[in-house]
Parts: sequence; C-alpha cells; structure tokens
Amino acid sequence: MAEFRLPANSRVQPGREHKAPAGATRVRKFRIYRYDPATGGNPRLDSYEVDMDRCGPMVLDVLIKIKNEVDPTLTFRRSCREGICGSCAMNIDGTNTLACIKATADVRGDVRIHPLPHMPVVKDLVPDLTHFYAQYASIKPWLQTKSPPPPDRERLQSKADREKIDMPSNCILCACCSTACPSYWWNPERYLGPAVLLAAYRWVADSRDEATGERLDELEDPFRLYRCHTIMNCTYTCPKGLNPAWAIGEIKKKIAERKL
Amino acid sequence: MGFRSPLGRAIGSGSARSGFEHWWGQRLSAAGLGLLGLWFVISIAGIGAADHATVAAWIGSMPHAILLILLVMTLLYHSNLGVNVVLEDYVHDGRALVLALGLVRFAHVAMAVAGIYSIVSLSLGARA
Repeated sequence: MAEFRLPANSRVQPGREHKAPAGATRVRKFRIYRYDPATGGNPRLDSYEVDMDRCGPMVLDVLIKIKNEVDPTLTFRRSCREGICGSCAMNIDGTNTLACIKATADVRGDVRIHPLPHMPVVKDLVPDLTHFYAQYASIKPWLQTKSPPPPDRERLQSKADREKIDMPSNCILCACCSTACPSYWWNPERYLGPAVLLAAYRWVADSRDEATGERLDELEDPFRLYRCHTIMNCTYTCPKGLNPAWAIGEIKKKIAERKL
Repeated sequence: MGFRSPLGRAIGSGSARSGFEHWWGQRLSAAGLGLLGLWFVISIAGIGAADHATVAAWIGSMPHAILLILLVMTLLYHSNLGVNVVLEDYVHDGRALVLALGLVRFAHVAMAVAGIYSIVSLSLGARA
C-alpha cells in the first residue's frame, strides 16, 4: 500500500538552535531540514536566526549566508541564482519553488525549508534526481525526423508553430512540479510526472518532429500518462509560471484525436 | 534495483499502449451520469413522500424503468472505473492489486445484475 506516514528512520526530530549574533537588528528564523547519511540518525530540523539587515532578500541568500558564516555543513544545490538553472529547487514554506527567486519577505513567520518532497535525500536539501532524469531521457527529448535535413538550410518553422512550443520549452527541469504531484508520490516508478510529460508535449507539439505517432504510442499507458488526475499542484507550484497540467491535457487530446 | 541502469529502470516493461478507453469511458459515463442523475433527482423530488406501492409503480412504469436501468448501468460502470484507479494508485503489491481489481469487477457486475433484475421485476409485476 501507499505509505501515508514516514518510515520510523525518516521522521524529522527537533534539531539545533543557532541564535542571532549580538547586535542583530532584524532577525528572522529559518527552520531547515538536516540529514546526513554518513552520521546516521534521523533527519532533524535545525533553526537559524539570521539578521536580515545583513543578508540579501532571497531564501538562497540566506542559505549561502548560513553556510558561509554559521554552519559550513549545510548542504544544498545552487548555481545561477536567477531562476534559470533549476538547481536550488526545494520546499519553502510548504511549496516547492526555487530558493533563488523566492523572497523571504513573501513568507510569514518562520521560514521552513525542506528538500523536494518524496524523493530520496542525498544530504540536507539535496534530493536524488537520478530516476527523474532517467525518465526525462526515456521520452527521447530531441528532434526525431524521417525526412533528411535540407542541404542548404535548417529545418524551418513558422512563428505560429514556434509559439506552440514556447511555454514547454521554458521548463528548466527543476522537478518542483513532479515532486508536488501526489500521483508522482504514489507511483514514481511508472508515472512519468508533470515535468517529463511537459517535456514530452514539447516534442509532440513541435511542427518539425516526425515521430509524433511513436511518441504518443510510448505515452499511452495507464501509468505513464493516465496517472495524471488533474490535481493541478504542478501548475500551482511551477516557479516559472508554466502549465504542465494543460500540456498533459493536450497529450490526452492528441491521443483522443487519433482514436475517435 | 541492483545493477540495472537508471534508464532501464525508467523504461521498465515499456508502454502498455492502452489507457485511452478507460479515460474516455470515465468521461463519457460522467456526462451520462450528469444527465441521468439530474433526471433522477428531479423525479424523486416530484414524487415526494409517497407510499411503497406508488414508488414501486413509478419504478416499474415506462420510461422510468428504462431510464433507471441506464442509470444503474452508467453509475456502476463509472464507479468500477473510478475504484480501479484508486486501487491502481494505492495498492502496489502486484498480486493484491490483481485480486482487488477482480473482486471489485465481480462486485460491480453483481450489483448491476441485482439492480436491473429488481427494476425489471417491478416493471413486469406492475404490468401483470
């Protein structure tokens, strides 16, 4: 059966308290999930008081400040710090988002920071995304054609056709949507999840691609595609403002069109 | 697990190339249930606090009997599809899932037969 409670060794325990430095003027408390498989023991929730007058406005600024000045063992992924690489995806204040574009001012009270839900945790805020990336690879996310390329130019696409893939092309594969989806929580092995289905739609909708039929064949499966129950958490949580739920609906429509 | 590659694990046994009929059947039966359900609620409200004989006569008369049989069949078909989805979502043991899906199918067929038999009995009884 689906597990509705965390296993005993995954339950989060109270952790250490790190007080604000003397003279801090605008203190906020950040409660951060900590887990280190090397030391064993249950995960814990450490709290850190940070002087916001001496820190940048985003949650990622806070994490970097804590790592640099308070606790160098705190582990998280980050790279671009402007919402384009997807590395710093995590659960902030109960919603999956990117730490670099989530302002601390948008959170009321203590700021709770957890790793993306329902994924194996490598350490602290770093989830294991191996299966997620493998699922992405499984949909063959590249242009597939049968006609040879024109000898003198690239494959052309009209502006209108390009606009059809604008939204899905903007996905940065941060996994916020997939890890917010209850269907993906219960069946991650077989359900592709919203991010991968959005990527699949990007190629199904591409006017230059000539493998639409094969792609739809591969998607038409009670688990791969139809585990989506239109819960819409994906669209709600997407930090880039994309709409994976709509794209999944479009794939279902494409399959319906060739059956009916 | 073990030494299987992540891609091999993600691909698994491949696509079943099915699922559309289930999805489409659920939507069609939902639309049918909307119409039949509306008719049923309005009809029951219209009958009001009637005695047993009046209700039995209403069920057995045309076209109520036919519409009620359609309602029973659509409702149980839709319910069967919905319960299947719930089981597939939450039961992850393969054998338990197959057993549960089988039992649910039998239960729905039995309820449909019982419902249709009851309506037909009242209808034939009413005519006799």
